[in-house]
Amino acid sequence: MIDSIRGQSLLTLEGLSARALVEILDTAESFVEVQSRSVKKVPALKGHVVASLFFEESTRTRLSFETAAKRLSADVLSLAVASSSVKKGESLRDTISTIDALGIDAVVMRHSSSGAALQVSRYVPHVRVINAGDGQHQHPTQGLLDAFTVRQILGERHGTSGQESGSELFKGLHVLIVGDVRHSRVARSDIQAYTALGAQVQIAAPGTLLPPDMTGWPVTLAEDFSEALEWADVVALLRLQRERGSGSFVPSLAEFTSSFGLTIERARRLRPETIIMHPGPMNRGVEIDSRVADLPAAVIARQVSNGVPVRMAALYLSVAGLKRDGAL
Amino acid sequence: MSSLVLRNGFIVGASSSEVGDVLIVDGTIAATGDVGSVPSHTVEIDAGGCWVGPGFVDLHTHLREPGREEAETIESGARAGAMGGFTALVAMPNTEPALDSVALVAYVLERGARTPLDIAVAGAITVGRAGEKLAPIAEMAALGVRLFTDDGIGVQDPSLMRRALTYAAPLGVRLAQHCEDESLAAGGTMNEGPVSSRLGLSGRPAIAEELMVMRDIELVRLTGGSLHLLHLSTARSVTLAIEARREGLDVTFEIAPHHFTLDESACEGFDPIFKVHPPLRSASDALALREALRAGLVDAVATDHAPHAPELKDLPFDEAPAGMLGLEHVASLTYEALGGGADVASQLFDVLSRGPARVAQLRKSDTRQSLSAHGGALVTGEDANVVVFDPHARWRVVADSLQSRARNTPYEGRELLGQVRCTVAKGRLIVNEGLLV
Repeated sequence: MIDSIRGQSLLTLEGLSARALVEILDTAESFVEVQSRSVKKVPALKGHVVASLFFEESTRTRLSFETAAKRLSADVLSLAVASSSVKKGESLRDTISTIDALGIDAVVMRHSSSGAALQVSRYVPHVRVINAGDGQHQHPTQGLLDAFTVRQILGERHGTSGQESGSELFKGLHVLIVGDVRHSRVARSDIQAYTALGAQVQIAAPGTLLPPDMTGWPVTLAEDFSEALEWADVVALLRLQRERGSGSFVPSLAEFTSSFGLTIERARRLRPETIIMHPGPMNRGVEIDSRVADLPAAVIARQVSNGVPVRMAALYLSVAGLKRDGAL
Repeated sequence: MSSLVLRNGFIVGASSSEVGDVLIVDGTIAATGDVGSVPSHTVEIDAGGCWVGPGFVDLHTHLREPGREEAETIESGARAGAMGGFTALVAMPNTEPALDSVALVAYVLERGARTPLDIAVAGAITVGRAGEKLAPIAEMAALGVRLFTDDGIGVQDPSLMRRALTYAAPLGVRLAQHCEDESLAAGGTMNEGPVSSRLGLSGRPAIAEELMVMRDIELVRLTGGSLHLLHLSTARSVTLAIEARREGLDVTFEIAPHHFTLDESACEGFDPIFKVHPPLRSASDALALREALRAGLVDAVATDHAPHAPELKDLPFDEAPAGMLGLEHVASLTYEALGGGADVASQLFDVLSRGPARVAQLRKSDTRQSLSAHGGALVTGEDANVVVFDPHARWRVVADSLQSRARNTPYEGRELLGQVRCTVAKGRLIVNEGLLV
């Protein structure tokens, strides 16, 4: 197990210990306050260069990462790249080598292919790579910000700060992940984060939207969706990845909604303290009813705003941990 | 007159083995055993401690020419083959354009004739390997083509496959199938299983292969055709093929070295070097393949040597092409998988020479134009296609030292047991002391 991401790339949450995760969450918490300052900047990464390399378009995640880097006073190189390196006629290795030649400390990378961030980290071992989502594999900062958001809310309820609580608030917490797990990098990162921190995770999805072989996954499958909803302290909905053809894995979107959507009727039966989450962008009316998305229990906007301090923490630990003088 | 004598090797014949000499004169084995005096100017090779057997025959080589010469040419592929102990290669037809006509087959045969090896050709079953219309199988057969395949993809349409088997049967040729149902494999990039599920890579399930194996065995039963199953990779596929053979159907099959030496866990690092179709399977599948190999149930080990230009293996896993090199390390890998040691000598030559020569119809008893005979018993009068294999030598795979134009070996840095010392093709010494002459 890895106990700290200091000075290391963040490619996956797999293999990170509770200690490593708590360090990131605690660091993020110390950055939350920066957001409310009139000058929203700290000099932590002054003089460092962070490249943002999005092979797959994602305005939200890109903005979130670039905002995070800028708040740390890093110089941000934002590069527009074609969606497919094949179409562009350039290999992944050549693309990253070109950018590396400009002199960078870290690269934030999103790619539609699973494993692309890991491949890039092999090509430029001296550069820290932050995986901003790779295919259907991992989306580590989303898993982190989801865990951060849950800890923040539970901490407020218990009147403790997250930093005081460490991973305590996750012990025995019931997290229900619903929907297109098969195609979801968010689900893979969320499951790692929640279970490493001590939560219990159940999955509810039609069989076709489950990964084909879940041997070794630290989760249980919900036998009855209604019961699972009652069981859940956190309901984490997933985006039905229609762009990845998920529509053909169910007879119709309407049937998916009637079987596994968080409809207003189902939401009414949740316990009042149950937290509703969604990584966005939402298919309103498919996995989540529009009215449910706007309930106070739905913390979707808070997930988005927590994205910035969590990504600041990931960048800070990963990049500043490199400093030879050891000053952090 | 040229002559060559291999001294004091362990001669691995068809049914018996003994220590002795092999004298080769003008492309033919002139004498074996204690050959006594030899003609003057005879090249002397000390084969002491080594095995001397029939040159290896690869049923499954992608030579890439025409069309992808940056990855391999017939000439570079032949050099790689020679280093691996091969005296004959069957060139796969998934070139650009595909080998689906007399002109293209003749081109490859003509280029192949310029190499020291025998280059046989597998023709395409369908025009352009598109799986829609039969290619001119009889015309290509008249040029000496004995194997037909759309390899890279299987013939998906069962009706067309039935027709192809029926059409080919009276021509005395064999169809070779790449067994994967593409609708089940559906764009998958590695074996479907726990690893692919965790890595978020879409899977090519075992059932995609096994279902086509089942289908084609039944089509052979129906048509009375002859079928070779390429690179079987699952325990179930191999069991099905063995059962079909026991039932008397004309079904042969090969396994590829990567499927019995590597498994799906190799894909953990998302390195496209390990991407291949059919994919690296589970550890238990690899074990089942090794067991079948050791039990002597495998007709042939074939390399599926698939060179790719380096930049294509630097693409993301799902975009990179499938395939890996095989020619230069298959003998060592097969020897290791057989368990090593003196008692596996005849098995090694069975799966790398005699078995594949039978499938490719390259033996002395098969009438062929232009190509010499392979897979023999090392007796007087045979065409001199001979390999000297040192079962004690150890060597390390270094991609940059391979003769192939490509570098996509999955065994980089691995130390292997057993090495090809000499390759004699059509009487010519082309590899000596593990180096090209």
